[in-house]
Amino acid sequence: MTVLNYISMMRFEVASLGVIALLLLIKIFSDKLNVSFILGMVNLSLLAILVAGFIGHPHGSVFGGMFLNDGTLILEKEIITFATLLISLQAYNWLKNHQHYIEFYLLLFSVLIGMYFLISSGNFLMFYLSLEMATIPLAALAAFDFNRIRSAESAGKMILSSAFSSAILLFGLSILYGTTGSLDFTAVKEAYSSSVLELFALTFIFVGFAFKISIVPFHFWTADVYEGAPIAITSFLSVVSKGASIFIFMTILYKVFAMSSATWINILVLLSIITMTIGNLFALRQNNIKRFLAFSSITQAGYILIGVAAASVQSMTSVLYFILIYIFSNIGAFTVVSVIADKTGKDNVDDYKGLYKTNPLLSLALMLALFSLAGVPPTAGFFGKVFLLASGASAGLITLIIIASLNMIISLYYYLRIVKAMFVDKNENPIEKFSSDSSAKIVMVICALGILVTGFINYIFEYIHSLSFGL
Amino acid sequence: MNLSLLILIPVLTLVGILLFKRENARVVAFAGSLLQLCLALFLLFAYMNERSAGNAASLLFESKYIWFSQWNINYHIGIDGISLAMILLTSVVLFAGVLVSWNVEYQTKEFFFLLVMLAMGAFGFFISVDLFTQFFFFELAVIPKYLLIAIWGSGRKEYSAMKLVLMLMGGSALVLIGILSLYYFSVQSGTPTFSLLEISKLGLSPEKQMFVFPFLFIGFGVLSAMFPFHTWAPDGHSSAPTAASMFLAGISMKLGGYGCLRVATVLLPDAAREYSIYIIILACIGILYGAFVTLKQRDIKLMNAYSSVSHCGFVLLGIAMLTRTAMTGAVLQMISHGVMTALFFAVIGMIYERSHTRIGSEMGGLLKVMPFLGTIFIIAGLTSLGLPGFSGFVAEMTVFVGSFQVADTFHRVATIIATASIVVTAVYILRAVGISLWGPIKNPEYSGGNLSDATWNEKLASAVLVVSIVIMGTMPLWLSDMITKTTETLFGAVIK
Repeated sequence: MTVLNYISMMRFEVASLGVIALLLLIKIFSDKLNVSFILGMVNLSLLAILVAGFIGHPHGSVFGGMFLNDGTLILEKEIITFATLLISLQAYNWLKNHQHYIEFYLLLFSVLIGMYFLISSGNFLMFYLSLEMATIPLAALAAFDFNRIRSAESAGKMILSSAFSSAILLFGLSILYGTTGSLDFTAVKEAYSSSVLELFALTFIFVGFAFKISIVPFHFWTADVYEGAPIAITSFLSVVSKGASIFIFMTILYKVFAMSSATWINILVLLSIITMTIGNLFALRQNNIKRFLAFSSITQAGYILIGVAAASVQSMTSVLYFILIYIFSNIGAFTVVSVIADKTGKDNVDDYKGLYKTNPLLSLALMLALFSLAGVPPTAGFFGKVFLLASGASAGLITLIIIASLNMIISLYYYLRIVKAMFVDKNENPIEKFSSDSSAKIVMVICALGILVTGFINYIFEYIHSLSFGL
Repeated sequence: MNLSLLILIPVLTLVGILLFKRENARVVAFAGSLLQLCLALFLLFAYMNERSAGNAASLLFESKYIWFSQWNINYHIGIDGISLAMILLTSVVLFAGVLVSWNVEYQTKEFFFLLVMLAMGAFGFFISVDLFTQFFFFELAVIPKYLLIAIWGSGRKEYSAMKLVLMLMGGSALVLIGILSLYYFSVQSGTPTFSLLEISKLGLSPEKQMFVFPFLFIGFGVLSAMFPFHTWAPDGHSSAPTAASMFLAGISMKLGGYGCLRVATVLLPDAAREYSIYIIILACIGILYGAFVTLKQRDIKLMNAYSSVSHCGFVLLGIAMLTRTAMTGAVLQMISHGVMTALFFAVIGMIYERSHTRIGSEMGGLLKVMPFLGTIFIIAGLTSLGLPGFSGFVAEMTVFVGSFQVADTFHRVATIIATASIVVTAVYILRAVGISLWGPIKNPEYSGGNLSDATWNEKLASAVLVVSIVIMGTMPLWLSDMITKTTETLFGAVIK
């Protein structure tokens, strides 16, 4: 295999590494460069990575099966790159005034590399390493609002809880290594016999994942971290980090632990029910919009688990499709929140009262995003929601979809609460009229288009379907 | 004739409303709804032609496009007699609703946008034959109601809007569960499907039917204000702005009735027969309860809102009787009540704009002040109490005759109980008419020419609705014929 082949196979990782090197050089040698120029370059390079991913689909593995590559993995990497690009644009204005914007991107690209490797990993060692690589810089990023003590607090909480979960995960992995004698996915699969000890290991690995995806009862860090961290990082946590973890979660469950599927499907059904219900009940009472979105994202994770539990080609398609739509909706919502917080420093639901009078377009963007999260037609969220439920139904998980459908009514209530604040409620001193910066506008337009269009285009669903696999 | 036009015109209207200036939004909406009305009439003409030419296919003007082939979801549309009747109803109410809202000043664009979107959902729901597509349009017709009521409503509007939308979405969640269970059960034919036609041919086992039926029927039943899930209706109707009340009671409640009939009963005939007793009991409670609660209302809008609960009970009663005549009656009742209640809410809204009160006893003598509106009010009232010559009589009579055909004690008693409610209806309608329209003018502000009579748009809206009522009341045969033919083909399996 030539070097070019390696690079083509690992193009996402190599390109991100290139960006990191470049940024380091800029940081060391040139302080004179224009901020907007550097930020523009970084965003362009993200776009370039995104485009480069579509060229050719090299299949195969390198490093003795540690790093795998195929169309599905590339699609998953494309999805998280796309989300990162949106978040990077969303944070443009905030970063322009941040003195350490280069470090921000150094850390962000490190996280991205970690996630690329995580998605591509074919070996539990690689999996663990990349998971750590995707988590620790993220904790540093959570502390990036230097003026707010909550930001530092959230970083502390995140690093502690993720270290805790990593330890549990590692414990599970070590038991698995003890029983199967290997860390390679295929080798583990062959040696795996679904013995009690191995189920024990599976449970621990589950717990590790549950922390990353913030599944109840391992969700306690979520709300505090989401509230404290800078909004860009909050959106990153809620969309990219969660998405990448779910991708590898599905791969491992379907490809390695297929033999104990009866066990983990039951666990997933149970976790899904608890997660969506608890997430919903807590979201009902939140007044801070970031905390609110945190709990709503826990609920959404519960919905995603329906698709994971259904474990068919269609359900995996639905999960990927749902995550794509979730990217549009959640980043759309966070962008509006971040623009408002940037201009006015307000982030309570009560502050949004009467927003439609002063900033109609912003309110419409947020309304679309919230309706999409609630799964109301004609937004794409409707299709994502129904497809997830339909995949659950095709797998015969009728109880689960009954509970999920009822939960969706509760979530509609709290999404409508914010719509009501913006469109119906009167306010003495509403947020003043302002115009948001152009990069945030671009993100909002992309998200709004995505929300309106994705559902109606069957091509997207078909494309994902052609790359999905099931049990 | 391409049925997609029925959705395309509202879509274009929506785009037009967005593009044009605020002052012109109503003109765009008016043009769109007029076009839609013409299209619906043309559709009726084309349908009649096809039928008289001997085309006996169960669905006419069918078209089908693959939407999501992996799920076997198709955009599949077509109409039969029942859906055509519903389309006519919707276009008439939409047309009148736009006219009635001619003077909405506050956020005009948004108002008409939501109104047309609601109608689009209803049109799409009535023409689609694929459960997924149908559900899509069904939910599309729910959310705009929240904003319509919460922003432009009156009274406890925020509470009512939230209650309404949560209950309706609860209903639609049940429907979704039902649809997805059907999808799961339809695997027995090889590939799972959402198609109404294929599922009806499936021959599901009675146990499976018994499992799915409550979800579908209660889910749709919430929309048609089935007791005890009717509580959204009075609050929602009385708080909504005039056009939204017309839509809610005139069309949205019919989405529920149509779903109960065309989806739940057609797809799950065995379960329908098993559960019919409970539905009849609930329907009778709804009819009586609605009628007696209406008696106590002083607010005439609230009175009409509660009477809708009572009237929609007849729809469910007709469906659950499972005889051809009763089912035809149920559809007729949906249409008749749709037009009648739209007229009632419209005229109540017009009177309220002038008198600034909705309490009947505070009005008095309005017929002298505004003879046109007063007359319309009386016509609406007489239709509501089922006077021969108007549509209400035809519809209720058909339901009663059909129900009485079932010759056992339980059904007979239920029919008699339901029939008795007409007396109560007469009491509250005549009392409301007497209190508010006749007698001396109580409020001095009303006299002396302060209050104007109806304007051109109000006259036109009332005229369209009254004409529909009278046509249906005096020459009902073409309509009931059209519906009966459809019920015959649809319910061969159910009817005893």
